[in-house]
Amino acid sequence: MLSRVADSIYWMNRQIERAENVARSTETTLDLALEGTVDHGRLWNALVCAFGDQAAFWARHGRADQARVFEFLAFDQENPNSINRCLQAARENARTIRDMISSPMWEEINKCYLLVRAAAAGRDGTFNPREFLDEVKRASQLITGVTDATMSHGEAWHFARMGRLVERADKTSRVLDVEHFFGPVAHDGRDAVQWSAVLESASALEMYRKQYGAVSRRNVAEFLVLDRHFPRAIHFCLIKAEESLLAVTGGSKGTYSTSAEQRLGRLRAELNYAHIDEILGAEGGLHRFIDTFQTQLNAANDGIHATFFATTPARSP
Amino acid sequence: MFSHPPRAVQAAGTWGVVHPFLSPRPRAGAATAMDLRAYRTDGFWDELFDEHVRARPGTEQLVRRLAELSSGELAARQRAADKALLTMGITFNVYGHEAGTEKIWPFDIVPRVIDAAEWATIERGLKQRIHALNCFIDDLYNERRIIRDRVVPEWLIDSAKSFRGPCAGLKPPRGVWCHITGTDLVRGADGVMYVLEDNLRTPSGVSYVLENREVMKRTFPQLFDGQRISPVENYPEKLLAMLEYIAPPQVRDPTVVVLTPGIFNSAYFEHSFLARQMGVELVQGSDLVVIDRVVHMRTTRGRERVDVLSRRIDDDFLDPDCFRPDSVVGVPGLMEAYRAGNVALVNAPGTGIADDKAVYAYVPQIIRYYLGEDAILPNVPTWVCGEKAQCDHVLANLAEMVVKPANESGGYGLVLGPRASAAQLEECRARIHDNPRNFVAQPMLALSRVPTVVGDSLEGRHVDLRPFILYGEEIFVLPGGLTRVALVKGSLVVNSSQGGGSKDTWVIHGAGGSGAAAQGHGAGSSGGDA
Repeated sequence: MLSRVADSIYWMNRQIERAENVARSTETTLDLALEGTVDHGRLWNALVCAFGDQAAFWARHGRADQARVFEFLAFDQENPNSINRCLQAARENARTIRDMISSPMWEEINKCYLLVRAAAAGRDGTFNPREFLDEVKRASQLITGVTDATMSHGEAWHFARMGRLVERADKTSRVLDVEHFFGPVAHDGRDAVQWSAVLESASALEMYRKQYGAVSRRNVAEFLVLDRHFPRAIHFCLIKAEESLLAVTGGSKGTYSTSAEQRLGRLRAELNYAHIDEILGAEGGLHRFIDTFQTQLNAANDGIHATFFATTPARSP
Repeated sequence: MFSHPPRAVQAAGTWGVVHPFLSPRPRAGAATAMDLRAYRTDGFWDELFDEHVRARPGTEQLVRRLAELSSGELAARQRAADKALLTMGITFNVYGHEAGTEKIWPFDIVPRVIDAAEWATIERGLKQRIHALNCFIDDLYNERRIIRDRVVPEWLIDSAKSFRGPCAGLKPPRGVWCHITGTDLVRGADGVMYVLEDNLRTPSGVSYVLENREVMKRTFPQLFDGQRISPVENYPEKLLAMLEYIAPPQVRDPTVVVLTPGIFNSAYFEHSFLARQMGVELVQGSDLVVIDRVVHMRTTRGRERVDVLSRRIDDDFLDPDCFRPDSVVGVPGLMEAYRAGNVALVNAPGTGIADDKAVYAYVPQIIRYYLGEDAILPNVPTWVCGEKAQCDHVLANLAEMVVKPANESGGYGLVLGPRASAAQLEECRARIHDNPRNFVAQPMLALSRVPTVVGDSLEGRHVDLRPFILYGEEIFVLPGGLTRVALVKGSLVVNSSQGGGSKDTWVIHGAGGSGAAAQGHGAGSSGGDA
C-alpha cells in the first residue's frame, strides 16, 4: 500500500485511541474528585502531567482545577492532545484514506467527530461531562469493533492495529506513572482507592480482581505491565503490535530486517523475561522503568516511521 | 458563418395554473394527505407536471405516491435524508472560504423523472456528440483537416487557452481522448432538451448520482415500490473496465489509480469515492515518481508500477516539467512517460479544447463534418464574440443575454444580463471589448423546474442535467445523470459552489415501456457503439 496511506491509517488509529484514553482517565479523575479527602489541585495537576502536557497547560493557566483541566483535555484547540483535536486529526486522516477504509468505519469516525464538534461548539446547562466522556469511549470502541468486523485483516488493518496498540501501551504506562506526579500515597485504606482508580483508568478493575482479588500497588503494576492476556496491559499491546508488524514485513519472531522489527522486538522480548519485583526493586523503581519504556517505545515508533512512511523526495531537482 | 443564430428560446410567461382535479386521496389511517392542488408551474416547463398540473408520462405513480403522503411526512423524510448525508460525510469543499471548509451538498428528496422513451433519444444524441468530439480532438492534434476544410476557423483553435501545444502529434491508447464526459443539458420553456456545455476535462458529480440513489433508498424506499427505474450502481464497474481497456497495450494486468490534488480540492469526496468503489489506489502527486519514463507509486514495499491514471488534476498542473512549473500537485516527468506510451492518462491531456465555450458553438458543424449526421441534441443558440458580427449583436443586446467566459467552469464569471445592474453590464461590455475571444453569449433560458421540498410542501425550482458518458471499448451513457437544482426561489444558478443542490434522477420505464433495463432486472442499458 502507499506509504502515505499507511502513515495516515497508523496515525488515525493512534489519535482515536488517544482520545479514548484521555476520556477514560478524565472520567476516573472526576470520580476521584468526588472523594472529599483528596487534594483537588494535586489530583487535576497529576492528570495533566500524566499526559505530558503540563508545560502547555501551565503556560496558560494559573492553577489546575476541574473546570480548567476538563476544558484543556476535552476541547482546547490549542492542546494538540485534547479529545477535540485528536478526533479532528483522526477524521482528517480518515478523509485522506477514505478509499481504504470501509464505509461503516468512516461513518462511525465521522459521527464521533460530529459528536465532539457539537459539544465543543457550545454546551448548555444540561451538559454532563461524564456522559460526554462515556460517549467518546464508546465511539472509539465502536470504531475498533467496526474496523475488525468490516475491514479485511490485511496490510492496512495491521497498520491500524499497530497504531492502536503502540498508543495504548504508551497511555497505560502513563496511567501507571500517575503516582509519580500525585506524590506518595499513604499505606492505609487510601492506597487501595488510589490504585483502584489507576485500574479504572485502564478499564482493568474487573479483570484484575478475577486474577488477584485485593488491590495492591505491586499487583496492579504487575497486571498492567506484564500481563499477556489483558488487552490494555503493556505486554499484551507489544505482543499484538509485533504480530501485526511481522504480518506486514513477512518476517519472523526473534529476527529482524528493519529498524521497526529490531526496536519493537527487543522491547517485547525484555518484557517476556521481566519480573515485577525486579522492576520495583531496581534503582528509580517503577517511575524509572516507565520513563525508559516510553523512550524505547518512541524509538520503536520512529523505526516504524523510517521503515514504512518516510518519504524520500520524488525526484532530485 | 453562423452570424444569424436561430431564434432565441422564448422566455416564459408568469401565469399560474391551478391543478384541476388531482385531489388528495384520503386513505384509511392517514389523517391528512399532501395537497398537490396548490402546486403551480408558473408558466415554466415542469418536469413532473404538464401545464394543467397533471402528471407527465412516466411520473404518474410518483405523483400518486407524493399525493398520498400524510401531512408532515415530506418534511420528516427530508430531515432524515439530510441526517444521512451528514453521517455519510457526503461533502464538497468551497473555494474562497476558510481553507478546507466542507459543506454538505444539499439534496432534495423529490426525484427528477425522465421517461425511458425520451432518454433513448438523449442517449443516442450524447453518443453521437462524444463520438464526433473525439474525432475532432484527434484531428486537431494531428492532421487538422477540419481547419483546412474551413469548418472551424484556425484563429479559434490557436487562441484557445485550453489548446495544448505539447500534445501535437500524440496518439493516445486506442485512439480515445475524452474517456469521461459530463455533458450539461437544460430544458427550455419549449420543452426541448438542449446541450448547454460539454465538460471533457475532469467533470465531477457522478459520485453524487450514486450516493443520491443510495440516500433515496435509505430514506424514502416506498417511492421505489413497483417502479421500473434504470440502475446506476454499475457505474464504477463500467469505469474500471474502461480504464483497464485503455491501458498501454503491452501491459497485461494494468494497475489503475485515481490521481487527486488532495483533500482540499472541491471534488475530493468524489475522488476517494470512485477509488473506493473501483477498489484502486487513490494517489496524490507526491505518491508518484517517474523513473526512466515509467510511473511508479511509493508503497510500504517499495515502488510499484502504475499503468493508468484517472487524473482529477487539470492539464495545467499535471506535470511541472511540461505545463505550469509552479504546480505542486503534479508529477514531474509524467508527460514524458505518457508520450513514451508507458502510461495512459484519463482524460487525455488536451481534451479541454473541446470544452471551450466558443468551440462549443461549432459542435453541430463538427458533428456534420465527421459523422455526416445532423446533431440529435441541439445546442443553445450561441453568439461567439470572437466573430465581429456576432460580437456586435451581443453588445447591442447585452441586457437580454447571458455572457459566459469561454474557459471557466463552475458558473464563475457568468453575467446574467436581465438580472445585472447597469454597472455590471458596463463592466461586462468592457471585458468583451478587451478580449472578445474569451466570451460567448446565449439567450437567457427559462430552465425547466422540478417540484422541490420547501418546508412541508412542494414548489418548483429550476434544474439542469449532467449525464455521464464513458468512452472505452464502446460508448456508455449512465442512465439519468446528475440533476442539479437551484434551491433559491427563482434562481437559475445550479452550481454546487453557488447554492445549488441535487436530486436523484430516474430514467423510468412506464407500464407500456420498451422493456429495456430497469431496476431489479439486472441488465445494463449500455447499448451499442455510437
